[in-house]
Amino acid sequence: MPEKKIRVLIAKPGLDGHDRGAKIIARALRDAGMEVIYTGLRQTPEMIASAAVQEDVDVIGLSILSGAHNTICPQLMTLLREKGMNDVTVLVGGIIPEADIPAMKQSGIAEIFLPGTSTQDIVTFIHKRLAR
Amino acid sequence: MSDKVKGTTTTITTGDAPAPSRELSAQERAWEENTLRPTLEKSPERQKEFTTISGYPIRRLYTPADLPGWDPNRDLGYPGEPPYTRGIHSTMHRGRLWTMRQFAGFGTAEDTNQRFRYLLAQGQTGLSTAFDLPTLMGYDSDHPLSEGEVGKCGVAISSLADMEVLFDKIPLANVTTSMTINSPAAVIWAMYLAVAEQQGADWKKLSGTLQNDILKEYIAQKEYIYPPEPSMRLVIDTFEFGVKNTPKFNPISISGYHIREAGSTAIQELAFTLRDGMEYVEYGMRRGLDVDQFVPQLSFFFNAHNDFFEEIAKYRAARRIWHKAMVERYGAKNPRTWALRFHTQTAGCSLTAQQPYNNVVRTALQAMAAVLGGTQSLHTNSLDEAWALPTEFAATIALRTQQIIAHETGVTNTVDPLGGSYFVETLTNEVERGAWDYIEKIDAMGGMVPAIERSYPQREIAEASYKYQVAVDKKEKIIVGVNDYVAPEKRLDILQIDESVARRQAERLSKLRADRSKAEVDRRLNALRKAAEGKDNLMPFLFDAVKSYATVGEICDALRQVFGTYEEVAIT
Repeated sequence: MPEKKIRVLIAKPGLDGHDRGAKIIARALRDAGMEVIYTGLRQTPEMIASAAVQEDVDVIGLSILSGAHNTICPQLMTLLREKGMNDVTVLVGGIIPEADIPAMKQSGIAEIFLPGTSTQDIVTFIHKRLAR
Repeated sequence: MSDKVKGTTTTITTGDAPAPSRELSAQERAWEENTLRPTLEKSPERQKEFTTISGYPIRRLYTPADLPGWDPNRDLGYPGEPPYTRGIHSTMHRGRLWTMRQFAGFGTAEDTNQRFRYLLAQGQTGLSTAFDLPTLMGYDSDHPLSEGEVGKCGVAISSLADMEVLFDKIPLANVTTSMTINSPAAVIWAMYLAVAEQQGADWKKLSGTLQNDILKEYIAQKEYIYPPEPSMRLVIDTFEFGVKNTPKFNPISISGYHIREAGSTAIQELAFTLRDGMEYVEYGMRRGLDVDQFVPQLSFFFNAHNDFFEEIAKYRAARRIWHKAMVERYGAKNPRTWALRFHTQTAGCSLTAQQPYNNVVRTALQAMAAVLGGTQSLHTNSLDEAWALPTEFAATIALRTQQIIAHETGVTNTVDPLGGSYFVETLTNEVERGAWDYIEKIDAMGGMVPAIERSYPQREIAEASYKYQVAVDKKEKIIVGVNDYVAPEKRLDILQIDESVARRQAERLSKLRADRSKAEVDRRLNALRKAAEGKDNLMPFLFDAVKSYATVGEICDALRQVFGTYEEVAIT
């Protein structure tokens, strides 16, 4: 029986429309054999949490370059808990001041990937994390 | 090793083929045999192939043989005359330095007003306004979707009251201002014009630029609100209004910067920008505007990326293409219609979070390319912008970079110093050819709006950006400090913007709504809605609305009700 593919939701929360990174990651993960759903732009935390449940994903990747991460991430983490998505791995990529990272990890975000990260590092992280 | 095959240069758009062969003179053949071959036998070159950052192959040596049929009078010309390869003014930077126009904006209007006045005091010669995401997307600071976003990426402007504070103690009659705003551009422009009127400035003398380039939003920056047709109507309304009322103002900055930032190649940046320009010209002409009256007010905006010579070739090719298109496609007779004027920004996407002080160097080299390419106006990025909006410290170094180029390097001593270089002229030809290929492809699709509707430029950009990332991940492209020359990092002091901005804005909006006449606002918004349903030029209605202190969100919502909103088909 074929191994179940890792399912990933790539999301652009908030008003920011800069999607170069999100699209590249989506494609790289697909090339690495994962099933990737890209939400498109201007998603609210509610929309992302609903999509994550609906698509039954293993991983959620948020792309945030707007500085709104301290508002968006806690809201999303709360919604995921409320919806019982306690096992999903949440990753964030984008422009995140180092000072904000500890609180984000405390809230349950598994890793934050800053500019300069290679796509391979993200693939490796996901594989290790899901031990597949 | 030595190419004995006679050939002509062919069009290369993807850079996947090796540099095409060309005819070798007897002397060059002798050089290859006697001098080059021994060198290569002792030490081969560092790479199998050398390409520009966009993938265009570059040969070892350029000679007159690379320019068969090149006619300096036809292809190079003189500055200030067709084909404008050497520049649009006869004296270029000897006559007047480019405008040093640093993009700035964050927090409240007071915060940004302070940064504006600081930068002017430090010697910048024009203003450029960055708005926050809520403003850019037509939402007030206290809208639910604005939560967490207020003042973070630019200044929060929710009404004319904020605009008045933004330009406090800044005489719009004496300072040219650029505003980076797209979907709500006409609204923000109406506010700017209202402030100018309050200050007693003569609109006929007002000078500045509105970005207002909606086509590149669908292609790259994605800050669209309304669908393409009503959005184009709004843009052409600003052109029509501008011709009559603000002859010295650029109602549009047709942009390649964002297309490049999204990951396009230099040729794609050039082609898509100029084809966008042609689309605006055609829409304007369909409105009944005289090409020789409105096109002189259209301006352009390019990126200055890392590949020094490719960028210079790109700017020179841009001028040549635009002149040709204006004459051949639209029968333009006014030299001011032919002459492409542009602002440049150094490439934000090239800045690294790692070893951020390296970014000062990147920015300086990119700025140099823009100057040598003949830019009219320039923004240089700050070293910390892969982390946050610039601190005052970083923004000052960025401005000094331009001042050092202008006053210490001597590159402004002559016009188009690289003119006549075999390499630069060949590259200019090749970049131009590659751009025309794309332009003609888009023509065949029926123009840029149809091309956008079938996601053509979006797909090209996604492909180019992915290809680039693969090359970086494989270390085929080196980024210093990131995938090579890595070192332990020290934390940088960066600009912090907190939620106090949002709270201040919410208070001000409450007060604004209490103080203004709701009846008047409603009356003017109704008039705007009615006009939007028809064919009237919306600028007078927007002007009336902003003067009643209708907010950005209220005005944009009124238009949302009539125009609807746009959702893209996401291409990954």
